[in-house]
This record gives sequence, structure tokens and C-alpha cells, in this order.
Amino acid sequence: MCLAVPGRVLHIEEGPLLTATVSFGGVTKDVSLVLVPEATVGDYVIVHVGFAISKLDEQAAQRSLEAFAALSELGEPEESAP
Amino acid sequence: MKYVTEFRDSKAARALSEAIRRTVRRPWTVMEVCGGQTHAIVRFGLDALFPPDLTLVHGPGCPVCVTPVGLIDQAIHLASLPGVVFCSFGDMLRVPGSARDLFAAKAAGGDVRVVYSPLDALALAQAHPDRQVICFAVGFETTAPAFAAAVVQARRLGVKNFSLLVAHVLVPPAIGAILNAPGNRVQGFLAAGHVCTVMGCEEYDELVRRHRVPIVVTGFEPLDILEGVLLLVRQLEAGRAEVENQYARSVRRQGNPEAQAILREVFEPAPRAWRGIGEIPQSGLRLRHAYAEFDAVERFRGDVALVGEGGVEDAECRSGLVLQGLLKPPDCPAFGNRCTPERPLGAPMVSSEGACAAYFRYRRRTDSLQEVRHGE
Repeated sequence: MCLAVPGRVLHIEEGPLLTATVSFGGVTKDVSLVLVPEATVGDYVIVHVGFAISKLDEQAAQRSLEAFAALSELGEPEESAP
Repeated sequence: MKYVTEFRDSKAARALSEAIRRTVRRPWTVMEVCGGQTHAIVRFGLDALFPPDLTLVHGPGCPVCVTPVGLIDQAIHLASLPGVVFCSFGDMLRVPGSARDLFAAKAAGGDVRVVYSPLDALALAQAHPDRQVICFAVGFETTAPAFAAAVVQARRLGVKNFSLLVAHVLVPPAIGAILNAPGNRVQGFLAAGHVCTVMGCEEYDELVRRHRVPIVVTGFEPLDILEGVLLLVRQLEAGRAEVENQYARSVRRQGNPEAQAILREVFEPAPRAWRGIGEIPQSGLRLRHAYAEFDAVERFRGDVALVGEGGVEDAECRSGLVLQGLLKPPDCPAFGNRCTPERPLGAPMVSSEGACAAYFRYRRRTDSLQEVRHGE
């Protein structure tokens, strides 16, 4: 039920529901930005039941991925059995 | 898909699981609250990566599963009325009521439609002004703002034939109930990242203060869950109890103010029975008086009263124990034989977030790290 997926805002239509075209890996859907009015074209938003519920913080995502990469490098030498 | 695939990398998953192994020195029992996380854990075999001293139990975070059977009966009755279009998310249709499910109501001639968004139901109401369109409003704090926005939009557009059968539930009161239950063995929680995306972290500060348990707000991809568990066991081993945010790319401390505002504008907290668990004070939402005209229970008062709030559970279904983390689905005697997704005894076997459905779907094949990489 709480499934929500990141997608990229391609186009925004003005109107009470701030309907945007959002691309999910190439598949596009209409999404309301009424709960995330600060989102602009090019932003990634996290979408749940037709509504964006947050603007994805790309810097925070990058920090997480860098931390994972660093941990993988650290873990490498002692890695033996899967 | 960007921001999904990167969080499924097998090398990083192995490194995180190694870090968890190195951290855990004593036995711990932790709970993932959200059914979406349960599915990811079982699907990617993440629990197989944990050391034997770390026990992960699945929580009640499946709104479809905890919707009381009496409310399902009301839904089935309303869906069967002439002139009604009854809209629901798909996985509600096979959830057993006392005698039958919404699929059976549809098969018997009821106009039951599966919708992806509350806005789809509103569009149906606009397209069919001669019909009454009722939408089953199921979901946690993540979903409630979407239904609230649909109600606000319906009022703005003057749509009079649209109403909600409200079954919304709230997460923090359920965590409180688990912690207060006699015999509770949960020592830390992974909190649901999308609920906190909407609500923020403050309600969890209160739980941590009151119960001295660590809570890590966690995302839904394999690396998110593994990192959430790592942060949790680090707190447990260090004797700390804090709210930590693993899912910073979506969750801000204060949550989403627009979503909270519209939720509070339209809904208010109410007592709510949880299927298999019982009533938890102030753990549900109902429409505020100012929006009573959109309440299907008000609009169809006579019909709803006919059905009542009772409802009969299947005597053999142990979903209450599963939802409280007291029983793993495969340990239920009915699992996979008398209870399957085609013929479910209870909701967790059919909901897309139900723990029983997760084990039925994924636990019959060998789990491997390979799947973390190549899972769809």
C-alpha cells in the first residue's frame, strides 16, 4: 500500500491539482504535484497513488551511495564466502 | 530505473551484511513495521544475510490486512447496491469478509472497479453523475493525504456523487500497542520510510522517549533495509535509543507540511479496530464534520447500519499473531494448504503487502545474493 516509486518530472500543467507528466524509467504517467508544489521540471519525485509525496533529495541519495561504495571497498579484503 | 537499481547492488549488500555480522554480539529481536519492507526482505532473501543472533519479525504495516472484517462486509454491501460504483485498490478485492469478498460482489453484478489513485475514482464520479461513486479509502499516513486531496478537489468541483468508505490507520499508535503488549519481545524498529516522508520523525521521538527503543526510519530497497538494520543494531549494541533517518533522500525531519496540512484539514484521529489485533485508541482516521457529506457511512447510513460493525473471522486464520510478529507465516498450520492466494483464509495471504503472501510467493525458491542484483 505504501509502495512509492521515484520518477522524473517532464512537464507541469498549472491548475488546482498541478498535474505533471512523470517518467518512470521511460513509462510516463500523470501525477499530481499538489502535495509537493516546489517540484520543478527535471526533479525526481517519489510517487504514491497518483500523488508525489516528496521531492527526492539527489544529494542525499548520492551520499548514501558513496557510503555504500566506501563500505564495499573496506569490506573487500576480508570478503571470502558469499 | 534511476534511484532504484543502484540501491540493489549485491556487492554493497554483502558489505552491509558483513558490517551487521561484525556489529551483532548479543541476541536481538527487531521488527520491520511496513509490509512493503517485509516483501523486500523475503523477496531478496535479506534475512538469510543476518547473523543467527539477529531475529527480524514482521509487523502490522499492511493496511489491507488490518482493515476489520466488519468494514469489509460494509464495503461488500455497498458495492452490491444498485446505482453504486464501488472503487478500491486491487488487493482489497480478494480479502475475505464474513461470507464473501468484493470479487464475489462483482461477480454477482456489483459495479466494482479497481483504481490506482483516488483521483481515478473522482474522475469516475464526474463521468457518471447519475451514479454514486464510493471509494474505499485504505492506507496509512502515506495514502491519507491523497484521499484528502481528492475530497478537497471534489468540493472545489462541486461533485456531489463522490464519497469515501474510510479505513485509514496510523502507525505510531500501533507501535505503541506492540510495545505495551504483555510478552513483547521487540527491541527496536525499522519505521516505514514513506509514512515518515509524510509525517516526519517527531511522533517517533515520543515513542523513543517513552519506551527507550531505537527506531530507524528506513527505505524499501535492499540496501536501504540492510543499512537500516545496521544502524539499528549499532544503537542496540551501544545501548542507545534514538530516532535515526536512513531514508534521507525522501524523509525530512518535519515531514511533508503540505501533505500533513491537507490530511488534518479533512481527517481527524478516531478509535479503530485492527483486524486480528483489536481496538487501538486513536489509531484510525475519520472525515471531519465539515466533510461529512463525503462520508459513505453518513450517506448510506441505513445500509451501513444493516450490516453493522461485527463481522466473523475465519476461526482457523492466525493473522492476528502474524500481524503482531508472534507467528511466522510458514509456521501456521493452514499456510500453503488450506490457505493460499486463490483461497485465502485471511487478508495477509492476498494483500500485496501481506506477510503470508510474501512467503507464499518468494520463499519456495533458493535465496541468494545474486537475486539482490538481478531481482526485477
